[in-house]
Amino acid sequence: MTQAPERTSDQDDLPPVPEGHVRLTIDDRIVDAPQGELLIRTCERLGIVVPRFCDHPLLDPAGACRQCLVEVEMGGRKMPKPQASCTMTVAQDMVVNTQMTSAVADKAQQGVMELLLINHPLDCPICDKGGECPLQNQAMSSGRAESRFVEEKRTFAKPLPISDEVLLDRERCVLCQRCTRFSRQIAGDQFIELLERGAHQQIGTEETAFGEGEDFQSYFSGNTIQICPVGALTSASYRFRSRPFDLVSTPGVSEHDASGASVRRDWRRGTVTRVLAGDDPEVNEEWIDDKTRFAFRYTQAADRLLRPMVRGDDGELTETSWTEALERAAQLLVAARDGQGPEDEDGHRKQGVGVLPGGRVTVEDGYAYAKFARLALRTNDVDARARVGSDEELDFLGTRVAGTGPDHVSFGALEEAPAVLCVALEPEEEAPIVFLRLRKAARTGTAVHHLSQWSTPAVVKTGGRLVRCAPGDEVAALGTLPDAVAAGLAQPGAVVLVGERAAEVPGLYAAVADLGARTGAKVAWIPRRAGERGALDAGALPTVLPGGAPVADAGARAALASSWGLPDAAGLPADAGRDLGEILRATADGELAGLVVGGVALDDLPDPDLARRALEAADVVVSLEQRRSEVTDRADVVLPVAPVINKAGSFRNWEGRDRHFTTTIDPSGGSAGRVGGTAATTLPDCRVLDTLAVEMDVDLFTQTPQATAAEFARVADALAGHRTRDAANALFAASRRSASPPAEEQHVETHAPALRLATWRQLLDGGALMAGEPELAGTARPPKFRVSTQTALRLGIAQDDPAELEGPRGSLILPVEIADLPDDVVWAPARVPHPDGRVVTLAGLGLAHGGPARLTGGSRASERSSS
Amino acid sequence: MGMFDGVAGFGVTFSTMFRKVVTEDYPRVKKVTAPRYHGRHQLNRHPDGLEKCVGCELCAWACPADAIYVEGGDNTDEERYSPGERYGAIYQINYLRCIGCGLCIEACPTRSLTMTNEYELADDDRQDLIYDKERLLAPLLPGMEQPPHPMRLGEDEQDYYVQGPEMARRPDVQDQVREEVPMVPPREPAPQDGVSGTAVEQSSVTSTGEKR
Ligand code: SF4
Ligand code: SF4
Ligand code: SF4
Ligand code: FES
Repeated sequence: MTQAPERTSDQDDLPPVPEGHVRLTIDDRIVDAPQGELLIRTCERLGIVVPRFCDHPLLDPAGACRQCLVEVEMGGRKMPKPQASCTMTVAQDMVVNTQMTSAVADKAQQGVMELLLINHPLDCPICDKGGECPLQNQAMSSGRAESRFVEEKRTFAKPLPISDEVLLDRERCVLCQRCTRFSRQIAGDQFIELLERGAHQQIGTEETAFGEGEDFQSYFSGNTIQICPVGALTSASYRFRSRPFDLVSTPGVSEHDASGASVRRDWRRGTVTRVLAGDDPEVNEEWIDDKTRFAFRYTQAADRLLRPMVRGDDGELTETSWTEALERAAQLLVAARDGQGPEDEDGHRKQGVGVLPGGRVTVEDGYAYAKFARLALRTNDVDARARVGSDEELDFLGTRVAGTGPDHVSFGALEEAPAVLCVALEPEEEAPIVFLRLRKAARTGTAVHHLSQWSTPAVVKTGGRLVRCAPGDEVAALGTLPDAVAAGLAQPGAVVLVGERAAEVPGLYAAVADLGARTGAKVAWIPRRAGERGALDAGALPTVLPGGAPVADAGARAALASSWGLPDAAGLPADAGRDLGEILRATADGELAGLVVGGVALDDLPDPDLARRALEAADVVVSLEQRRSEVTDRADVVLPVAPVINKAGSFRNWEGRDRHFTTTIDPSGGSAGRVGGTAATTLPDCRVLDTLAVEMDVDLFTQTPQATAAEFARVADALAGHRTRDAANALFAASRRSASPPAEEQHVETHAPALRLATWRQLLDGGALMAGEPELAGTARPPKFRVSTQTALRLGIAQDDPAELEGPRGSLILPVEIADLPDDVVWAPARVPHPDGRVVTLAGLGLAHGGPARLTGGSRASERSSS
Repeated sequence: MGMFDGVAGFGVTFSTMFRKVVTEDYPRVKKVTAPRYHGRHQLNRHPDGLEKCVGCELCAWACPADAIYVEGGDNTDEERYSPGERYGAIYQINYLRCIGCGLCIEACPTRSLTMTNEYELADDDRQDLIYDKERLLAPLLPGMEQPPHPMRLGEDEQDYYVQGPEMARRPDVQDQVREEVPMVPPREPAPQDGVSGTAVEQSSVTSTGEKR
């Protein structure tokens, strides 16, 4: 920014005012500022701090608190009263005097501060904001030392819960309206409002005002706590936990979704006490969702694994040393890999080991899994997708996604796009930071279209342009998009966002690619889990080599072999790999002898029963886990691995941007890393795999995340030339094993005519990372079925009545809500946490998106829901 | 060398024989400290036995030796330790670190933390020199009740704070930091009344002379 030096005696000496700028004087300094800039920002650039409460760079100006008063002179005449510098824009030849040079401004600020403090309770010693409070600081810098107020202060009942997670203390509020403006402008949730008038003016919700009504229900409510300039909004989970001055703050990256939001983790004595939004204008700006903010206690859960365990002859897992556990795991894996296991009756020996890293791996860990599978286990049977996937998806990812970076589609590109179409993606539930950007874009004119089944909150809050279709009919719907949508996508800069759920609809990925080709819109892929994108580029998929080249490309294999220091490509498996479903089926059928499993929750898999059978049938299961799970319960060797707070690494977000983070709490740092009194010496997956490989006589060179990252960068460079952008390229198709066997016929009894099921996961549905967070769980959207009015009438179900959804393997009872779905379609959340701790997944019930399902209401369901 | 040189060397010895002895019969006879001597800390109680500490950590913040560790907790209607919303759930003072400066006392907004004249702070075990809340809490005086219990002296914490000084002057209300208390701590440890830990002087002297 141009900034002229000190005022000279002759103003004509100054350079001309740049285009689009104005020249003004602030505190006797001449400055050029872009037209339309707020005075308070210009002052900031000059290093003059004007006290403020309501002003926030990402919110529209409000002028609510009046703390930022300065004296302004226009055209040689002083304005009669001091002006709010956060609402006034700069103008040519303006003369501004802040509290630094104007006694009037200083006195005005002191007066405002005195008024703000009249009803402030001054309970700083018990206030969570104490020590990092703008009101405390500015009362010292711009307030009077003595209070003249001797009367009794206004009091309110406190604290007032406005949701399970957010507590309101109305006495402390300075009515700056940051919280209400955030909710209205950024998140689009209109549940917190300014109520009453005069001395009784207060922040509240429908519930606080009328004693009943809706809570402050929002996936982004935690941001209001962070931006509240006083301690009026506090979080129930951080309440009284610590004070800012005894916290160590470490910057980090969110492990909860594929956006890689920047966060700040505050910790004390080896325990994370809170997570705050970091400031990254390119990614999450200054906002994060509540799951990222509040779900962090899973690392302190009682079932955290801290020591390696080996299953003894008695069938029990017992803790042992790393040396012994790794030796045992290596021995078992070598036997399984080479088919030296026991023979069955037919003289058949199982052979081979499949690798399932799970979708939450860092780039480094994903690379280590990919390399471990190919070198130590000599197979391409590795798949990081712990969800429904398809061959078509592998082709799409390999040709269109692998190796792309933020220059393809980024958060910034979304904001600038004239039109965005979301396909198989429910942004608020599956990628909340993307949702915030889409909403911001929608506010400045981007047309956001959603190919979906009903007007979800995300559709409404991003401008409400729904292209409705029945579940499973998405491909046809893309072919016959309304002209307005197609025309919008044809504009330069338009974007199509496709979610991982596209794999659930055959042909959808191809249709999306085709739409991109037809309209010229850029296509970006947004998975749900943090590690999926990194795992793709790192080659933790059956058809993709590290760097994103196809397995079937002999040249790519040769290049990879030489960067891995192998004599020739013969050392690398050339056969096509199995994907998740095939690995599980092959293990269950007794073809594969073993499994190496990372962070995979069986309930999340498309067929949990198949996975259970596979784990039962496998000769060898080696589990790398953070906490006890169904997999560790069946594993022969359990190797504890470090959660993100105990390791360094990076996530590659959906844009392809590397989001590096350092260790928050060093597990080897003596008492600092102790969990429940035990030194938690857990290591990152890449280190564990490296040592395990050494036991198998293979060197992975992935001892540390840093070394792994350096090697991965080198390998990715070496293979970049072998990446293909040609969707018609046969190499990816050739990398596949064969067409997957057709899904088993699903038989639904037809007492009632079957509906078609639409489903996806909600953000807060009791996933593994939400353990130990009752307050967060309390802010989840209540799980409900949704049907159209017609369908409800036909089935005889009324709003809020319980109904039963039946699948081949069980049923689920939830209340029904009427929504604008197509007729004969029922929407259900894909995963429902049961109050008793169990989870019910639609996959577990044998139900899938686009498939048939049966919904019954009336007395039967009510009976069963009450029993 | 003169002939008295050998005797002269004893000059100091002989002259000292006629002075008052400086040795003390400690520990049989305990030394009485100056009234404002900075001894072991004490966490005081309200007259009904509720704790004054609100777990604000200001003492820990003020401490130049980083000797204090506090974690706050949330009072509930079922389980109340102090009037108001917040109490000190964990409170520790590490006497291996404490330099007895008294800055913590100055910082305490509720006058919960004061210092007694007790100076016997030596031990043969490091762990034992980290005093926890149980050992620091003042003993229950007659009329006091072991928390958790509801507020007995008013509707909310304001009643405790606003009427506190008033109450402290009433002869029928017990208070540990009253001005007119005997300057010399009694020799015998007081009965413990359910408060476990080491010997705690029943009445004690505030070591900052500030008027409440
Ligand atoms: S609650 Fe906080 S953010 Fe909201 S108006 Fe009051 S002071 Fe401002
Ligand atoms: S007396 Fe001084 S050193 Fe001891 S705890 Fe208090 S502040 Fe710390
Ligand atoms: S003793 Fe006083 S300063 Fe220390 S935490 Fe308790 S109330 Fe706060
Ligand atoms: S900061 Fe300008 S009025 Fe609030």
